[in-house]
Amino acid sequence: MLKRRSFVKKNILLNNQTNPLTFRDVTFLKFPASHWRYRIVVGPQVITVAGKEVLVHGPGKVPMQFTINHKKYKACLEPRVTLLDTLRDQFGLTGAKRVCDRAECGACTVLMNKKAMYACSVLAIEAQAAEILTVESLMRENTLHPVQQAFVDNDASQCGFCTPGFVVACSVFLDEHPSPTPEDIRRGLAGNFCRCGTYDGIKKAIAQRMQRGA
Amino acid sequence: MPDYAWPDTEHRTLIGKRIPRVDSPAKVSGQAKYTYDVRRPGMLYGKVLRCPYAHAKIISVDTSAAQKIPGVKAIHIVQQPGSTIFWAGDDVVAIAAVDEPTAEDAARVVKIEYQKLPHFVSDAEPPPNVAEPAVGPLSQIDIWDLELPEEQIAAEVRRRGVSFRATQAVLAQLRRFRMPEVIVDAIARAPYRPLTDETSGSLYQRVATETKGDPDKALVEAEVVSEGLYGCSVITHCCLESHGSIMEWPERNQLFSYMSTQGVSAIGAQLADPLNVPAANIRVHQDHIGGGFGSKFAVDRWHVAAAHLSRKAGGQPVRIMLERDAELEVAGARPSAYARVRVAAKRDGTITTWESRSWGTGGPGGGGMVPLPYIFDVPNQRKEHIAVRNNIGPGRAWRAPSHPQAAVITMGALNDLAAKLDMDPLDLWMKNLDIAGQRKETFREELGIAAELMEWKQKWQPRGQNKFGSLARGLGLSIHLWGGRGHASDCDLTIHPDGSVDIKMGTQDLGTGTRTVISVVAAETLGIPISAINLQIGDSQFPSSGVSGGSSSVGAVSASTRRAAIDARDVLFSKVGLVLNVPPDQLECVNGTVRVKNNPNNSLSWKQACSKLGVMPITVRGRNPNTVKPPDLTGSGVGGVQMAEVEVDIETGVVKVKKMVAVQDCGLIIDLKTAESQCLGALIMGISYALFEEKIMDLTSGRMLNANMQFYRLAGLADIPELVVHFMTGKGYDERGVIGLGEPPVISPGAAISTAVANAIGVSVPFLPLTPNRVLDALARKPGA
Ligand code: FES
Ligand code: FES
Repeated sequence: MLKRRSFVKKNILLNNQTNPLTFRDVTFLKFPASHWRYRIVVGPQVITVAGKEVLVHGPGKVPMQFTINHKKYKACLEPRVTLLDTLRDQFGLTGAKRVCDRAECGACTVLMNKKAMYACSVLAIEAQAAEILTVESLMRENTLHPVQQAFVDNDASQCGFCTPGFVVACSVFLDEHPSPTPEDIRRGLAGNFCRCGTYDGIKKAIAQRMQRGA
Repeated sequence: MPDYAWPDTEHRTLIGKRIPRVDSPAKVSGQAKYTYDVRRPGMLYGKVLRCPYAHAKIISVDTSAAQKIPGVKAIHIVQQPGSTIFWAGDDVVAIAAVDEPTAEDAARVVKIEYQKLPHFVSDAEPPPNVAEPAVGPLSQIDIWDLELPEEQIAAEVRRRGVSFRATQAVLAQLRRFRMPEVIVDAIARAPYRPLTDETSGSLYQRVATETKGDPDKALVEAEVVSEGLYGCSVITHCCLESHGSIMEWPERNQLFSYMSTQGVSAIGAQLADPLNVPAANIRVHQDHIGGGFGSKFAVDRWHVAAAHLSRKAGGQPVRIMLERDAELEVAGARPSAYARVRVAAKRDGTITTWESRSWGTGGPGGGGMVPLPYIFDVPNQRKEHIAVRNNIGPGRAWRAPSHPQAAVITMGALNDLAAKLDMDPLDLWMKNLDIAGQRKETFREELGIAAELMEWKQKWQPRGQNKFGSLARGLGLSIHLWGGRGHASDCDLTIHPDGSVDIKMGTQDLGTGTRTVISVVAAETLGIPISAINLQIGDSQFPSSGVSGGSSSVGAVSASTRRAAIDARDVLFSKVGLVLNVPPDQLECVNGTVRVKNNPNNSLSWKQACSKLGVMPITVRGRNPNTVKPPDLTGSGVGGVQMAEVEVDIETGVVKVKKMVAVQDCGLIIDLKTAESQCLGALIMGISYALFEEKIMDLTSGRMLNANMQFYRLAGLADIPELVVHFMTGKGYDERGVIGLGEPPVISPGAAISTAVANAIGVSVPFLPLTPNRVLDALARKPGA
């Protein structure tokens, strides 16, 4: 149900607790997925809503295409499928993890047009026009991205399940805040959670990048 | 006899240094494959329909509509009509379909009729006085929890029966976990009484009463008596990789499973029975695991269901990974523990008496008493424990089972006592170390170091006297104890004639650094770089190496790897000795060479040395036995001290941890870097359970209200203060061998933080988590408030 929205990850602190309040850019699907029983032919239909003509896709599978890590990908998917599941199940890009599947943990973080997004809360069909980058894009040949190297140096992963999400979030965060204040760090990375408790290493990894100039 | 003993300080090149985690690059680049990431050819997606009621009887199940949906490949009824459900979210029907959306559609049209039964999901209210002696059958976790002498536990098992089938596999597993033989024997003979409404007895059952010394007399004579209420609610494990597996039958009688598990070697034996297939025909594989924390030992209903679905679908792989809500609702809960405590002392701080009436729940079976009083063996004691049987969900082992709860209760009570005595708690703890058991001298040393790192003496002020406006600061402390001896472990190590080395072990790396530790030990022993070792773990076809629980892995794998590497090295020495013309015992492996001890110039490179093997590789098996076998490369019994500094906003009730110090003993440290991470992670997890985590139950519906990660709040980056970790190493510690570190540092944070809050605001907040409303409530009830 929550999958029907897309969430832009921008974290605002909620009073003096540190719970991230995710700013929700709610673009509801033009057609509620709960109407899955109405079998409409594949390919968009045009219907008139509030005097405007809108395209309706699905609910059956529709052809889609994506630009991921500078490569083109194609798949036939139902409109209700998320970007995260598409990356993982269709294209084998499993760096982004599925943990909460509803924009609460950050394990699925990817970049869409250079913005960090929860891939679990973006519909694949809405991600077609975007330039998508996943954690898999960060490594060049066999060399780790400097943020990844900083994570290794500071042991910022334990089980590692949250790590790809953190790495992507940190890399874009450091691009935007080359010398972040502790407050920037608190706010900017409040949308990712780790169960093993690697935050100390992550903080040190960020500090290491700051010293060297991210 | 080969010299297996750990090298001394001068001869260590890697051991004890800060070595980067060997699988970090795979993890940071997204290449590490977890069970959740595996996609097998033709894989079907499984969904589980879960019971919405906390207590109900299944009347009927109708899957006909689901069967008709195109793409649905198999349906398996997990619990048949007539079964009783004891917690919301329990598995009823499992469906496999070509993709997830189809499986979801099919799940939506299954009709299940339930008869709702009255449920009970609360546990924090003190139980009534009429608790009857326990009659319900014991689950495995109940038995581990019973704080009684071995013989009495065995008697309880015989009297009450067991709620699980005591198969050979189960018994073998209990033995592996070092359950005393008298108890295992009692379990083997005990009546099997599945938990039903008829067998379980009343909601409140007295599971333990114990008296020691003369508490009545001691209380009358006591100069100071303090009384209070302390405890922790049920929390969940919330592994980021949820529980689950992929099951497939490549042949009719051969099962292959990818499973997210803490014990690849121990799964086959548990699956054999329910699937009626020999354990020898079951292979379990896992590359990486996204957290376990004690919740991933067992074969759960959904694993068995996935295997049944696959069988029904002609052997096609079926994946069931739990959704987040199910993960939180059914796949892990740490039992709660609460107690009303009376503790008495002499004016000088000598503790004389402990009286507690404790209670708590481990779910439908009730659970047992946590070890009270924790660590301090008070001379006069009276204890009673009431198990609360309820529908909150089944308890599971959670890092250091029972210890964090026992620490919160005990340290909380002693901290209140210190306040009554007008004493600095640090002095009270020091004063009573004589009754703090085998690690008391370690505690003494550690308390001193921790106090310095925290600047305790400079910062500490009596209760409620460290205030600036609405902000109150406070300090708290706790001590803890853990075993951590290495379990039985086998390691196969091969040296190839080209100089490459591979190691195979049926162990797993939970993120604790198991891979790194094995690599460090082998590289150190063979004098070659870590990168030269090809390590393979996580498969049941490799030599069995035990379950990662109880902090028993690091001691186990270090010891077996050391033994294997020494034996392999000695075979190599016997060949090289002939070439260099010296007896084999005159050789050593250093820096990529095999050389003569007192004549380093007489040497061969590692590669040249290995070429002397001819064409055949040598493979040896190193074994760490289940019992102590000299030289003992692992050990048991570690002590730790933690201190916390907090700041509480007394207007909002918000608690912030400002600093934490952990001083820990864990014997010989193999890799300082991952050991530090383990402690830091434990402190962070501790801050999380101390301040935020609670499985909140809705009394009306009987369901968990916060089965998501927005309201089941974990600590975030912003909640983490300055953390200081100090290890006790060197003389007196290193000789103890390698001892586990997974549990010990997670025991004390809750107690250290809650006693710090009491020091800050002038009154104890009875129960964890220390949420703003609980803090404000405590302030409102404070005498004179
Ligand atoms: S899985 Fe997307 S935010 Fe948690
Ligand atoms: S490293 Fe395990 S969840 Fe972050």
